[in-house]
Amino acid sequence: MPGSTLTRLQESFPEAILGTHSRLGEDTAILKPEALRRVARFLKEDPRLRFDFLMDLTAVDHWKRKPRFELVCHLYSRSNNARLRLKAPLGGASPEAPSLTSLWPAADWYEREVFDMFGIRFRGHPDLRRILMYREFQGHPLRKDYPIDKRQPLVGPKD
Amino acid sequence: MTETTRTMLLNAGPAHPAMHGVIRIELGLDGEVIRQADVEIGYLHRGFEKHCEASSYTQCFPYTDRLNYVSPLINNFAFAAGVEKLMGLEVPERCQYIRVLMSEISRICDHLTCIGASAMELGAFSVFLYMIKAREWLWELVEEVTGARLTVSYGRIGGVKADLTADFAERCREVTSKVSEVLGEVDELLTRNRIFYDRMRGVGVISAESAVAYGITGPFLRSTGVDYDVRKASPYFVYDRMDFDVPVGGQGDNMDRYLVRMEEMRQSLRIVEQCLEQMPEGPTNVDPDGKLIAPDLMADLGKFGKTRGLLSNEVLIEPTLQGSEKRFHDRVYAADKASRLPAKEQVYSNIEALMNHFKIVMMGHGIRPPRGEVYFPMEGANGELAFYIVSDGSDRPWRVRCHPPCFPIMAALSSILEGDQMADIIPTFGSVNMIAGELDR
Repeated sequence: MPGSTLTRLQESFPEAILGTHSRLGEDTAILKPEALRRVARFLKEDPRLRFDFLMDLTAVDHWKRKPRFELVCHLYSRSNNARLRLKAPLGGASPEAPSLTSLWPAADWYEREVFDMFGIRFRGHPDLRRILMYREFQGHPLRKDYPIDKRQPLVGPKD
Repeated sequence: MTETTRTMLLNAGPAHPAMHGVIRIELGLDGEVIRQADVEIGYLHRGFEKHCEASSYTQCFPYTDRLNYVSPLINNFAFAAGVEKLMGLEVPERCQYIRVLMSEISRICDHLTCIGASAMELGAFSVFLYMIKAREWLWELVEEVTGARLTVSYGRIGGVKADLTADFAERCREVTSKVSEVLGEVDELLTRNRIFYDRMRGVGVISAESAVAYGITGPFLRSTGVDYDVRKASPYFVYDRMDFDVPVGGQGDNMDRYLVRMEEMRQSLRIVEQCLEQMPEGPTNVDPDGKLIAPDLMADLGKFGKTRGLLSNEVLIEPTLQGSEKRFHDRVYAADKASRLPAKEQVYSNIEALMNHFKIVMMGHGIRPPRGEVYFPMEGANGELAFYIVSDGSDRPWRVRCHPPCFPIMAALSSILEGDQMADIIPTFGSVNMIAGELDR
């Protein structure tokens, strides 16, 4: 039943949902970032929805659009064989989002990667540090204003 | 009397002989027991996602080869299928069969490598040799069709690079029967082998709940008893016509993962056989308008001057070199569904195909999926492999995100290792089947 998850979501959180659509058959809900954890908990624990998998968590830099960033989560429910995409627009000079680690341990590494690549901080993350890049790396490579041919300073051995 | 003990810090990797792929595990050891393990990844990061943003859709294929380099064909098809969904293209039936067939061959190669390497690290060297030999036969098949062993770049948006060779079915059956013999031999050598059993059973245990919480998919999840398989849950291509079983384990330990992989290979062989039986004749690629058209028919149309359907008709200026001038870029739009690269023989022999090729390859022309986003999951050898593609309507993807199946497993690895013995890292890490190419991208 495409769309039924979205209807249920809209009924339960009318104030937090900014918009929904099912383009290409993929259910998508756009929500206020501060409501992300609340909505995610509901989706995970609601006996009718039961989205038990956090399949993927990533971000998109929309560069000149405002707000600039968008956090994208892909959830999967085994009992309903349904998928859902949650999107939360994030703006400001230092974008921040609530961490989902308390709901799914899977969020830990995904959020570290988003922090590493986009510089988005997660409130409540237990160990937010770079994951793919090294500690001394400067900048966040998947931001659109990070030039693809940018060089990094040479890092010597640690003492 | 009290004893004082101190945790010893030990680095396993990044260049450890029993670590396939570069990865570092910082271990806190209490004697032989692992008290704490910090997994550090990123040694093979090559900026796959950034590169894709700077390339045209067609240029992304070689990069996808280098994600999971043991089963590159699945990566190719996953990316192609994502873009096709975005464009609303449906590939011909024969192409779908070819994709299923080649994916299953890749899956067998992947599992052979995984089990072979793990067995070797536990001292069963002959198993490694048997399995790599079998993989070699399969790679020869792949090479015959794609022209390459590893970096195949065989997927295309709207089809595949080339049709199967004339005697493929015959050669494939020969190879699959030999491979299934090898599986039998390995089964006899390993499954009831006391040493192997003791090293694998009850080691590296993960519960079903915690595997789900970590978002783990694939054989690793199925070994815990959860029967999630993308091929069954949301069938793509022609998997809904295939008759196969999804093996599940019960204990979620290394032995179960070994057994699940062994059984999956047998199931894959079944799928390969069904593909060979059911595969229809016909075109392997969509035509430039998105309708099915045989390559020879397309060339005939061109020869008779019927070029209207072959060229994209939304172009405001002539598709000559003029079109590549930057100020014209906004005005040049290839027709929505004009995606397929024409066959090389055509490109070299008639102007229509040459123009068609040009319009797809030149910067500022190219394949332009409509604005939108798509998440396309497929069952990779290690689990759910998905591409999340965001298009802004230009000829280059705005964002390509690869969801690598071994990433969540690696995230869970430290909790799996803790409490086990130091020597258990080898079989446990082997059963993760980490592929650094897709893990670090």
